[in-house]
Amino acid sequence: MSKVPANLKYIKSHEWVEPQADGTVKIGITDHAQDLLGDMVYVDLPQPGRVLKAGQECAVVESVKAASDVYSPIAGEVIAVNEALAASPELVNKDPYGEGWIMRLKPANPVELDNLLDADGYAALIAAEAH
Amino acid sequence: MPFIPHTEDDIRQMLAAIGASGIEDLFDEIPPELRAEAALENIPDGMSEMDIARLMTERAEQDGRPLCFAGAGAYDHHIPAAVWEIATRGEFYSSYTPYQAEASQGTLQLLYEYQTMMASLTGMDVSNASLYDGASALAEAVLMAVRANRKSQSKRVLLPSTVHPVYRKVVHAIVRTQNIELIELAYCAECGHTVPEALEKYSGQDIAALVIPQPNFFGVLEEVDALTDWAHRNGALAIGLVNPVSLALLAPPSTWGEKGADIVCGEGQPLGAPLSSGGPYFGFLCCKQEHVRQMPGRIVGRTVDLDGKPGFTLTLQAREQHIRRSKATSNICTNQGLVVTAATIHMSLLGPDGLERVAGACHANTLALIDKLTAIPGVTKLLDRPLFHEAVLQLPRPAGEVLRELAAQRVLGGYDLSEDYPELGHALLICATETRTVDDIEIYANHLRRILKP
Amino acid sequence: MLIFEHSHPGRRNPSQAPADKAAINDIPEKFRRKQRPLLPEVSELQAVRHYTRLSQKNFSIDTHFYPLGSCTMKYNPRACNRLAMLPGFLARHPHAPAELSQGFLACMYELQEMLKEVTGMKGVSLTPMAGAQGEFAGMAMIRAYHEARGDSRRTEILVPDAAHGTNPATAVMCGYTVREIPTDAQGDVDIEVLKNTVGPQTAGIMLTNPSTLGVFERRIVEIARIVHEAGGLLYYDGANLNAILGKVKPGDMGFDVIHMNLHKTFSTPHGGGGPGAGPVGVSERLLPFMPVPVVDRDGKTYRLLTEKDRPQTIGRLSAFMGNAGVLLRAYVYARLLGREGMHRVAEFATLNANYLMARLAQSGFDLAFPQRRATHEFIVTLKRQAKELNVSAMDVAKRLLDLGYHAPTTYFPLLVPECLLIEPSETEAKEELDRFIAAMRQILDEAQTAPQQLKAAPHTLPVRRLDDVKAARELDLTWKPAAVA
Repeated sequence: MSKVPANLKYIKSHEWVEPQADGTVKIGITDHAQDLLGDMVYVDLPQPGRVLKAGQECAVVESVKAASDVYSPIAGEVIAVNEALAASPELVNKDPYGEGWIMRLKPANPVELDNLLDADGYAALIAAEAH
Repeated sequence: MPFIPHTEDDIRQMLAAIGASGIEDLFDEIPPELRAEAALENIPDGMSEMDIARLMTERAEQDGRPLCFAGAGAYDHHIPAAVWEIATRGEFYSSYTPYQAEASQGTLQLLYEYQTMMASLTGMDVSNASLYDGASALAEAVLMAVRANRKSQSKRVLLPSTVHPVYRKVVHAIVRTQNIELIELAYCAECGHTVPEALEKYSGQDIAALVIPQPNFFGVLEEVDALTDWAHRNGALAIGLVNPVSLALLAPPSTWGEKGADIVCGEGQPLGAPLSSGGPYFGFLCCKQEHVRQMPGRIVGRTVDLDGKPGFTLTLQAREQHIRRSKATSNICTNQGLVVTAATIHMSLLGPDGLERVAGACHANTLALIDKLTAIPGVTKLLDRPLFHEAVLQLPRPAGEVLRELAAQRVLGGYDLSEDYPELGHALLICATETRTVDDIEIYANHLRRILKP
Repeated sequence: MLIFEHSHPGRRNPSQAPADKAAINDIPEKFRRKQRPLLPEVSELQAVRHYTRLSQKNFSIDTHFYPLGSCTMKYNPRACNRLAMLPGFLARHPHAPAELSQGFLACMYELQEMLKEVTGMKGVSLTPMAGAQGEFAGMAMIRAYHEARGDSRRTEILVPDAAHGTNPATAVMCGYTVREIPTDAQGDVDIEVLKNTVGPQTAGIMLTNPSTLGVFERRIVEIARIVHEAGGLLYYDGANLNAILGKVKPGDMGFDVIHMNLHKTFSTPHGGGGPGAGPVGVSERLLPFMPVPVVDRDGKTYRLLTEKDRPQTIGRLSAFMGNAGVLLRAYVYARLLGREGMHRVAEFATLNANYLMARLAQSGFDLAFPQRRATHEFIVTLKRQAKELNVSAMDVAKRLLDLGYHAPTTYFPLLVPECLLIEPSETEAKEELDRFIAAMRQILDEAQTAPQQLKAAPHTLPVRRLDDVKAARELDLTWKPAAVA
């Protein structure tokens, strides 16, 4: 079974959001998503400074068999990206919620976070997809 | 029944296994009203191989094999006999795209060798496994540059008018639907090159890429260092458009200016593809490592198998249409595999020394041709600049007329420039490759002298 | 061993290059190359042996049965190659004037006319150099047509979800947004969804018929009516005409534009991945927009029509007139077949596919659409085996290689899980099909008794399964000499 940490927020397209103490958020793709895609070979990261809308494509994760867009769960400005992924895309497979994070965002409208799925909601979603 | 091996007995057994009473039953899902119209009344009866061979031989002979002094994008080079003998072996000729890598190591290794040779000729880090032809390769290079240039927000690309006129048309046709603005750069009518000053009015503007042809359509050498540096100073990518044979003698695009070109493309025909009415040829596309993921088309990589033994496979496929669908880097599926097979064998047979001799001989023959033809009263050489293996002459009469009279003598005298470059007057683009002899040049000169006699 | 590893400095082939080394003093130093390129320095024999041996590591139609769905790996008659490579054809410069080109142009004109006849279209342009370029030309013509009518609202192209990936990629290249139309359980386009999706924003629909699912789209006339009534045009991805040649014409089905992959139906060689040829055919209303040049006949004389004759053309897609040598091969093939032969192509391609389909079903394989006829191809799904035996379509494909058969197309169309798309083509004899069936049975047997045989396959080829992840992560795209590396 895929891991769905209880402390994170999720969206249907399999991204997670982790609110940070400083008001920014960390974003990545879920364990379930990395499992579907298989071994990552490349992550196309957004340019820091880019301003994103909620649901906007912002990165591409590429495996041997698929390339999948990553969508920003909420609106905001990209303030950092995970440079380590350039040399080690496999971090997304090994540790999707930790070292495999993709970007940090400064939310434009923090209340948007309340509209995202919680862990139970996301777990139910992927359970439903399996049938 | 040509190429169909079935006997009556086979057909009976096969229909029985299917549970059909006749072959026609197998088409019963096609609506009957559509079937009625499908007779092929205007298709002639089939021919035997003997009969079609006679017809094709007559037609091939009919076209007369004129003595060729035309270049303008297609060059009459010697091709070693071994090149197409091997390329048309059934194992290359009748194999499919190497998707099943284990069953395609021959094609895949050859493509890896090809990529190595092209990267080395152009001086770039990587090459793809080829595109359709030089013109469409330039279009793909333009699209690629717009994707790859993350600093530029514009989709404006500078395209010198010294680029092959038909290439410019092809680029227009292919990129026009993607809101890319192509800006043509004027050339110097005295010297035939893109004057670096012509770029000044675009300095400080947001330009995604600059195309730099070397040699350009006139055979003239461009100020590639200054042009490349201008591009980089202005945040634009430099796209080199080169003749691969010329690269045996001319500076590879990786060395242009301070940083070198970013993307290099061109027509591969001079490397072992016969003139063959314009195709099949192949386009090549090379680039710096940092842009490899924006490169369209197939790419072969070296890896290892389960036992750790080296092997070759298509890689970076996730960029391609069959996976990425509407977000692919390009809709391109094929490369020109068989022609690239020929080109790889061709480059192996010539080697660095052979290619250098070919390039040198073409250049020397063209200089000799210029000397002979400009000795004819009324014929002068235009464009006072260094050139490579192609040149522009001015005739006292319209070039089209003169070419028709030469054709009647079975001499293909060059390419009439008056339609694309009316400002040059009665201008003719000529070329003599290494396959032209002193006698051939003499024949051309004699006919031209007679035709131009007042 | 790579060709570069056979290389020795100073070795050359004097018979292949000019004897004299020309002085090039007129080219200023700053334009000249300083360091020689890394091309191999080998003898002619070394090169010939190296590339001959490489060729022997390939599967090909000439050496193996190649039931690769959607690719039509039929016999490539040798005569087509020989006659397209006659010296007179090879020597013709693309800028040769019409008066020195009548032989070549006659072949091109007659090919155009034959393609018009088999497709039922009103005009054909031969210039697109591959299927993807043909598709591009088709989409660009649809766009030009709407633009010429001042209809700028049409921004959407409909594509069935079963379509080949080039379809959506091409539509986007032409500035359109793509909307996918689902397929119903029988493999046909979902008409209800289609009806609710078309509208004034619809520029057209891209369809393949027979579809990529290996079945004939039975309601094609109704689909054409729905799209035309909405003001859209129908694009036919005619990649493959093998099952319908002489049986039904795309023009009669209501299509406005079609591209044909001559390297499929007209048996030009695949050449390890090209060159192809993707001529386009059009209905009356798209005639003015066809890509140039087009061959025209005036009495007994042939000439090329250009932008001057066709001012509304979408333009040029290649520097000259496309892959002329490939077109010549298709011409020879079409003349060898003639009318009767073309009818036979569809009949026997369909017979072979239906026979193979019936026998594989009897042998325990599941069909994706068991209630349908096969066209020139059909789909086997290994979903059940994947679940019960943990073997994938890829495992079966790789094991087939061991047994001397090229694998069918795997994982396309994406809609069908664990699929094998199988296309035998008309040129295979029954006994070859029977041997293939026996091999497939053996594999099914092994899946139950010795699954490792499949999982670890292939065992007998020059290499075993390759590490694709390493290939993509640690890109090694060019060879570097040891000293540098």
